[in-house]
Amino acid sequence: MAGLEFIGVRKTYPNGFRAIHGVDTSVADGAFIVIVGPSGCGKSTLLRMVAGLETVTEGEIRIGGRPVNALEPADRNIAMVFQNYALYPHMSVFDNMAYGLRNRRTPRDEIERRVADASRILQLDGMLDRRPSQLSGGQRQRVAMGRAIVREPEVFLFDEPLSNLDAKLRVQMRLEIKRLQRDLGTTSLYVTHDQVEAMTLADRLIVMNAGVAEQIGSPLDVYAEPATVFVAGFIGSPAMNFLAGTPVPDGPGVVLDGSAQALPFPLPSSAPRGKVTVGIRPEHLEPVSRDAATLELAVDLVEALGADSLVHGQLAGDGQGPAVTVRVDGALRVAAGETLPLALAPERVHFFDAGNGRRLV
Amino acid sequence: MLLVAPQIVITLVFFIWPASQALYQSVLLEDPFGLSRKLVWLDNFTGLFSDPIYLESFGRTIVFSVATTSLSLGIALLLAAMADRIIKGTTAYRTLVIWPYAVAPAVAGVLWFFMFNPSIGVLAYCLKAVGYDWNHYLDGTDAMVLIILAASWKQVSYNFLFFLAGLQAIPRSLIEAAAIDGAGPLKRFRTIVFPLLSPTTFFLLVVNIVYAFFDTFGIVHATTTGGPAQATTILVYKVFSDGFIGLDLGGSAAQSVVLMVVVIGLTVVQFRYIERKVAY
Repeated sequence: MAGLEFIGVRKTYPNGFRAIHGVDTSVADGAFIVIVGPSGCGKSTLLRMVAGLETVTEGEIRIGGRPVNALEPADRNIAMVFQNYALYPHMSVFDNMAYGLRNRRTPRDEIERRVADASRILQLDGMLDRRPSQLSGGQRQRVAMGRAIVREPEVFLFDEPLSNLDAKLRVQMRLEIKRLQRDLGTTSLYVTHDQVEAMTLADRLIVMNAGVAEQIGSPLDVYAEPATVFVAGFIGSPAMNFLAGTPVPDGPGVVLDGSAQALPFPLPSSAPRGKVTVGIRPEHLEPVSRDAATLELAVDLVEALGADSLVHGQLAGDGQGPAVTVRVDGALRVAAGETLPLALAPERVHFFDAGNGRRLV
Repeated sequence: MLLVAPQIVITLVFFIWPASQALYQSVLLEDPFGLSRKLVWLDNFTGLFSDPIYLESFGRTIVFSVATTSLSLGIALLLAAMADRIIKGTTAYRTLVIWPYAVAPAVAGVLWFFMFNPSIGVLAYCLKAVGYDWNHYLDGTDAMVLIILAASWKQVSYNFLFFLAGLQAIPRSLIEAAAIDGAGPLKRFRTIVFPLLSPTTFFLLVVNIVYAFFDTFGIVHATTTGGPAQATTILVYKVFSDGFIGLDLGGSAAQSVVLMVVVIGLTVVQFRYIERKVAY
């Protein structure tokens, strides 16, 4: 068991492309860390640097306090689950799991014991003689995890392991991974572009964008206090509404551009004189009676999901107001063309600097 | 039926017809001018198999085809494995390696013939410098080595293309998984890459053996003309020399039939017994 440390880690490709602009963080032993971000943000590169499949240009990665920059992947005591599973197609399930142990000259009875344990945990008994091509997607996924488990490594690395599964299986495997990691207590680094996976799995979340770790923290902290506009928009579904606003010159409040409406809430002390970006999550806007309303929405489209509905529309104002999405109870009847009065709590409003996108505190 | 008609016509005209003609002629005894013929049943075949020269040619063909196939497959695999790793200049490298395939067999033969020519050949000169007196005009082994080299050289390009395509079809993540699993480069090649290449290797094995048996006439004819002292008279060359030089039409036809049976037999055996083992 071991913690994981990144010290000023940077990656520049030979062609000059800078994939990672410096990541500094450390992860406690046994934690589940999720790196989340859009395609091309460098999250897989960071994972592959831990695995030893990419070189580290600058900085240092430590596993259990031991610098691993110069070590071969095999010597880092890690195990990795690949997006496409990367099972050896010409070997049986048993051989797939035993391959890494055989390469390390583990005694035969030890191999058999570990594979038997792993296949029991992952419900793969009776499939050990099959080839990967004879398994379903979920079973292949389990074999890939089994191959990682039998090695009993210090760190598990997951590279978008669920993205090739259908939606239902993905939810199920997500739970299984979480449970497995909790039971084994092995430090895990998990890369995904799916913010639901990120929120549900992580003890600690690293949100990446364009090679920069925009925010590192617990999932709920990241949700409650996103550090930048990017993080705010990426975490949470449906995405946060962003509205351009101008602070009222004297007195508290912000006038929302494109509509005559204003938010009568005090701005944080660090607020600049110029424009700000106001962020409001769709689930924090509440339909209320007209006289209690802070804002009014001209409803354009309603997506009924059953438990709740997503109401899309524009803030009512003179002409085309800014677009806003609201999440309301599924029982509420709203139709296109109506006006929906909304209220929100002052502490639920996020203010960002319109220039650099940073949170105003 | 209409859609496969062109294929059927081609097979009929270029395979069934000449093959049946060979079968028919193999049971005849004819004079060189085709003026008189006599049905002799299997006399041509019994004659062949009691002829020590023919049996020797059989042995030489086996040596030749095994050597050519393994040499060309081995070198091509080596080159492809290296080409798979290089990052810069891939296209130039590949193009250069592929070129020899565009060279006609006879030209390939002549090329190697000149390089090994005892009087003017650059390679023969080098060999002489290290103390080996190369002369494929006099030494049967030298002559055999010469045609094996020429025949393999030409085939390396073709094998290279297929091996490279096969290597690139192996997902990179499999190799990475094996690296994390503690397998070094050689072990990865032996336990992961080579087994995954086996369908390609098998296909090339069949193609190369058929090539060595049938398509190497031009190389032999352009370099050694079967000599010295029949040392490079492989079966396909003997068909020609007995038929067109010796004018033993019946015997030559019988040899073609034997050659045909051998290749069909080999191919069937390969597909029946080996292909099962390479599927995954």
